[in-house]
Order: sequence, then C-alpha cells, then structure tokens
Amino acid sequence: MATLLQVKNLTKSFGSVIANNNISFEVNAGEIVALLGENGAGKSTLVKSVFGLLRPDQGEIYIDGKQMAPGDTAAVIASGVGMVHQHFQLVPVMSVTENIILGDEPKDGIFISIKKAEKKVRALSEKFGLAVDPTANIEDLPVGMQQRVEILKALSKDVRLLIFDEPTAVLTPQETDELILVIKNLAQLGVGVIVITHKLREVMALADRVVVLRDGKVVGTTTPKQSDEAGLAQMMVGRNVVLEVSKGAANPGQPVLSVKGLEVFDDRKLLAVKGVDLQVRSGEILGIAGVEGNGQRELVEAICGMRVRAKGEVLVGGMGTKDMHPHAVHEAGLSHIPEDREKHGLVSSYSIADNLILNRFDQQPFARGWFRNMSAIKKNADLLVKKFDIRTTSPAALASALSGGNKQKVVIARELSQDLQVLVAAQPTRGVDVGSIEFIHKQLIAARDGGAGVLLVSAELDEIISLSDRIAVMSGGIIVATIDNKNADRDYLGRLMAGLSA
Amino acid sequence: MRFIRAWITPLIALFIAFAIGAILMITQGSDPVKAYQSLFTTAFSTQEGLAKTFGKATPLAISGLAVVIGLRAGLFNIGAQGQLISGALAAAWAGYAITGLPMIAHVPLCLLIGGFFGSIVGYIAGALKAYRGIHEVITTIMLNSIVLQLAEYLSNGPLKEEGSIIARTPEVLDTAKIGSVAGLPIGFFLSGLLALGVWWIFKKTTTGFRFETVGKNKNAAWYAGIAVKRNTVFAMVACGALAGFGGAVETLGVVGKFEPAFNQGLGFDGITIALLARANPLAVIPGAILFGGMRGAGPTMQFSAGVSPEIIDLILAIVLFFVTAPIISRILKLKNDTTTQVTSGWGSN
Repeated sequence: MATLLQVKNLTKSFGSVIANNNISFEVNAGEIVALLGENGAGKSTLVKSVFGLLRPDQGEIYIDGKQMAPGDTAAVIASGVGMVHQHFQLVPVMSVTENIILGDEPKDGIFISIKKAEKKVRALSEKFGLAVDPTANIEDLPVGMQQRVEILKALSKDVRLLIFDEPTAVLTPQETDELILVIKNLAQLGVGVIVITHKLREVMALADRVVVLRDGKVVGTTTPKQSDEAGLAQMMVGRNVVLEVSKGAANPGQPVLSVKGLEVFDDRKLLAVKGVDLQVRSGEILGIAGVEGNGQRELVEAICGMRVRAKGEVLVGGMGTKDMHPHAVHEAGLSHIPEDREKHGLVSSYSIADNLILNRFDQQPFARGWFRNMSAIKKNADLLVKKFDIRTTSPAALASALSGGNKQKVVIARELSQDLQVLVAAQPTRGVDVGSIEFIHKQLIAARDGGAGVLLVSAELDEIISLSDRIAVMSGGIIVATIDNKNADRDYLGRLMAGLSA
Repeated sequence: MRFIRAWITPLIALFIAFAIGAILMITQGSDPVKAYQSLFTTAFSTQEGLAKTFGKATPLAISGLAVVIGLRAGLFNIGAQGQLISGALAAAWAGYAITGLPMIAHVPLCLLIGGFFGSIVGYIAGALKAYRGIHEVITTIMLNSIVLQLAEYLSNGPLKEEGSIIARTPEVLDTAKIGSVAGLPIGFFLSGLLALGVWWIFKKTTTGFRFETVGKNKNAAWYAGIAVKRNTVFAMVACGALAGFGGAVETLGVVGKFEPAFNQGLGFDGITIALLARANPLAVIPGAILFGGMRGAGPTMQFSAGVSPEIIDLILAIVLFFVTAPIISRILKLKNDTTTQVTSGWGSN
C-alpha cells in the first residue's frame, strides 16, 4: 500500500504548553487510522497542523512523499486532503446540491447549471454509496444525513485522504453504525481516513490502526485485533479504568421531582418540549436518553427555573415552583449541574473559591447580611478542593486555569455540597477526561444513595445505561417511553431515540 | 512582581503618551523638558497649583468611579458626562433656591439632590438596556446630548440668573458651598472616601459580587439565581448617582453655580481614568490627581515653553488609545493580561 500521509517528529506548543510533542505517524491509502485520546491530548492540534491550519514548531509533513510547507492549507487541499468538521459547514437554507458545489459551481455560460450539478452529485453519491436526495434542503434533513452531505462535499474535490473530527458526537447509535459502514466503504475505494475520537467502541468497530495520544505524545500504536476497549482506555489514561460503573440496587422513596404536562419554547420561539410528564423519586436515577436537540436542554432549563414554562407545572419536593427564578428553585432543594459549564456553570475569571459558592454567595455562612464572609468561603473551598480532588495549585487560582475535568469537578462539588432533594445533571461528563468521568459517576451514585432524586440527561447512551435506574427516552419534545434499566438494550433505545416506534 | 504585571500596561501607556507629546513639541520647535517641568512643578509643588490640581481632580475622580462601577458590572457608561451635568445643575438649583437651612443640612441635601438627578439619567439607560436590550453605549451617548441641551435651556431660561448676559444659574448660597481645608478642597476628601466605599463594596459585599458576576458572565449569574436585569438597572443607577454627586461637588465646591461650559469633558476624562485604573476604584484617585494636575496646570506650558495647552488633550487621548487597545500587552506578550473589556457584544442583552 502506498503511504499517503507521513508525519515526522511534529512538535507544536502554545506558550508553555506542548500540545504535540515529537509526533510521528502515517496513513496509507485505503487505511482507516483512529487518533484516540482524551480531550486535551492533542488530537485536534495534530490534524490542524496536518491540514495547514496551524504552523507546527518542528517536524515535517509529507503527502505522497512530497513535503508540505507548514501552514499552506491551499497546497494541502490541492494534494487531495479533505476534512469533515464536527460542526457542519453547511448553509441550512440551501439544497444538498447547492451546498456541495458551493465554491466550485458548474456553469452554463455565466449561469450556474443546477442540472449539471445535480448530475454530478448523483454520480458522487452512487460512487460512494451515500444515498441522499440532491434537491432536499439541508435544514429539512436529519443530522446523520447532513453529515453525509458534508462527506460528499469533501469527496467532490477528489479527496484521497479524509479527516473526520469527532464525527459521531451528534449521531444516534443507528446513524453511527451507518457512518461506520460509509467510512469502511470509502477505505475500500482507496481513500485514506483519519478519525479523531475518544469513543472506544467506535475505534474497535472501525479502525485498521489506532494511534493513541496522551499529553501530546504518541503513547502507542495498535490495532483493534491486538487490543480491546479496556486496553485502549488504559493507554489513553495511563492506568486501569473501570468502565463499568459499580452501584448497588436503588432504594426509591417518595417522588421529589414531578413534572406535569410541561411545555416549553426554545430560543427560536418554537415549542421544544411538547407536554412532558415525569417523576423522579428519592434514591433513584432517572436517565433521559435522546439525541441532542430533542428538547432536553429546554426541559432542564424549565425545571431549574432558567426558562419560562409555557404550560404545565414542576414540583420540587412537593412544592410548586411556578414562576420561580433559579434562585428560588435552588432554595427549594434542587441542585443543577448545567450542560454548558463555561456558559452557565462557572465564572472563569473568578477564583475557584468564589465559583464554589456561586449560587450560595448570599446565604449563611458565606454571607452575613450584606457582607461576604471571606473566611467561610475560603474554608469551604479548602474542604471541597480536597474532598472532590480538584487539581489546582490553590483555591484562590482562577477557574480558567483548570482543565475541563477539574472545572466540572468544581461545578459538581458546589452542587453536591449542599442540602439537596433533587439533582439535575445535564451532560455531566461532557468534554471530561476518563479519570474524571469515573469520579463524577461515583459522585452521582453517591448522591442517589444519599437520598436525592437524580435526573440525568446525557447524549452518551452508555452513560445513561450504566448509571440510570429507570430510563426515559426523549424524542421530538416528548418522552416516547420510560423503561426499567433491567430492560435496557442499546438497539431498542437507539430506535426509540431515532423516533422510530420500537 | 504581580503588582508590576498588573500595572505595567497603564504605566507604559502614560510613558508613550508623554513621549509622543514630547516629539510633537520638538517638531513645533518647543522644549518638551521645559514644558513638562513647568507642568508638573506648577501642578504638584505650588500651593495655588495644588489647590487647582485637587479641585480639578475631585469631579474627575468621582466620575471615574461612576465609570468603574459600570465596567465592573459589564456596562460601558459613556454617559458619566450627562449624569454629571444633571447633578451639577440640580445641585446648583438646590443651592440657591432652598433657603434658610444651616450648612450642615444644606450641603448634604444639595449633594443628595445632585446624586438623585444623576441616578435618574442612569436609570433611563439601565432600564433600556435591561428591558429593551438597547446597548448602553448608544443610550448614554444620546442621553449626554439630551441632558446637555436641557441644561443649557434651563440655565438660559427658567433657572437663569437675573441680569446675566450668559447662560448660568445664580450663585449658590454660602450655606451650600463646600470649602477647603489646608488649601485642599473638602470635596477631594469626599472623593477619596467614595473610592474607598466603592472598593469596599466590590471587595466585601454581596451587592458588589452580584454586579461583578453579572459583568463577568451574565449566563452564569442567571444560573446562580442573580436577577440580571434588576442588577443591570441597579448598577447603572449607581453609576448615575455617583456621577451626579460628582457634578454636585463641582458646583458646590469649585464653580459655585451652574454654567454649561464649566463641566465640559469631565465625564469623558472619567472614562479614560477608569480604564487607566483598570477598573480598580482605589487606582482612580492617583489617576484623577494626575489628570487634574495636567488639566489644571496645562496653560502654564504656554508661558514657559510656548506649548499650546491642547497638547494635554492629545496626550490624554493617546493614553485612552493605549489602555483600550490591547497593543501593549500583546507586544509584551503578557499572559492572562486582563485588559478591561470595554463593552460586550453589540445588540446582545
């Protein structure tokens, strides 16, 4: 097999942080290489350097044996490298064809020839086995289909090496399986593929070769045949990780959170939650499974008082929280781990200590009347930093200096260190390293065992299955089914998530 | 070391501004050493000069503080000028129209009335921002014009001093005048106390924490149960009250009456001072003294070195340029340099 891409001794640092440290790897034609690593391991930096979006400090990049000038994106594209971004670069109001030809339109005289273009798109989708309607508008297509268009767009430019950046982050399990087939098919046609991911299951199913990155270094290269998920995880984090969450049986008590007939609008003023009923009892974890964008965010925000409820009611500990602001809902005994910790969970230019009391700054003992009690705030911080293993030089350090996992620990420490009846945890392990995931999972189970009712919302089906006692599947703004975890089955849940009747 | 890192940008900004000023003087054939020497000896080492310096510094410090509160709460208050004028005019009216009070009651009353009228102007901008999503930069600029025109009308009409040819109010009564102690205006000590107060509010109180959280991350503030809109209005009201108070101090302590031309530019220098002080209330005081000295003693450069006092405007403008544009920190490669963010996204609320 011909070597398509060769990276030799690539080093890239940002200030004092070395993102890529002397990395070498190669991709052959027709080969699928997975770049596996935790967030912050240097995967994105590496492919950005390959693609010419970043200028490496040292090292060489060869495509077809030809050395690329650093930072020359145009030359890289001209040599047949394409990229499918995590966030699609599509124009929603334009058709599939228009999106694919954008920037390279076939013309009749001075006019764009849509006919020629559609023919070209049909030929492409036949050649690569990517069925898609060329006349459909992007905004009407499901996410998996949009990604297909994105792939076709890349392939329309004679691509021989295709880079996928976290391609399954937004897909349902079924769509993920389809994508794996698509990628394998591309490889068969001779395209070299790089897939960036931190999902072990996909790596096992997909890759010919796995390059594992940790702290900016290649810690090993292996194949799925020679390794297994546990082995890969160990390479990623450098120690043994328990992937299975160990937890005792649930001991559910009285309902502590009741949602009745809830309807909520999203930011575009469209109904995103269309009549949801659910109940969480103390001492149990109710998981909400679903592909993102099916109303989970609006549901959570409405429960926590951050978003206006159009209809219906929410009871926390039997108390109605109508027209309540986040502050009052919080006082009623509801803790909330928000989905977006940078946006809602933290003030990154505040100290860790201040972030640890962010929603209790005006309560005893952190404030006495009008005055903030600095010694109580400091004491609280010292205690929580230790208890929740927040890795920092000092509680007075700014939150922005922390890694993603440690930022999340700050949020979780704050939310769990108070009297709580209900814990709403939205995407609690998003963008968090494997070591912290394990810790966070343990904390959620500890909250449950301490008598709190936990509402867990996550796009990671594995997380839902391994943590929840009951699972509610949300699709299209409603709960389509609630099942006991004993009956949980990936396929069955996946079909429910996709909105298919099981 | 931390201290140097925090203040290196403002210090270099000042240095560059004075250097450019010097170059310009040389190109005009003047001696910059002589000019600066006379500027600073007059401003800071003569009895008369010091009185003038601190007289000028007083309203500058207070309006600088008004801008600082806004910056800390995520608001860019361009309207200190308008808020200050409304306070200055209201205090002038209260100073001559309310009679029969002893000084101990009359002065505080006038100051409070000045602060109240300033806060009304602040409230308008704050409410428009919070409840209508209109950017405070737009509204405060417009309010500056509205207030100035209104003040000119009033001081040239209903509130005009009888028999005067120019637009001005009558002189305030003696019971409403703020005097001096040891040659320094009492108002200046007031501004020092206010700076301490503002510093203390942000350091120690839940109100300060609310403002600051809203300023740093509105979404997180809302999540944490802080009423973002109410605190936005409240912060703007506080800005306006302070600036109005500053205007009142200027009227009662320096001018003795309201005369539109006398308050020109105080609120705008307040913006530069607040940015130079990096939104630190205590640093506003030295900044205001420096600016007050330059404003007060600027004309002496004319006599001593033949330099037109407009050079002061130029120097202060260059200071503003370098403290807002993150040029210096970029050249010095300062990490985590928290150049004060002047204003958040336009149109966003």
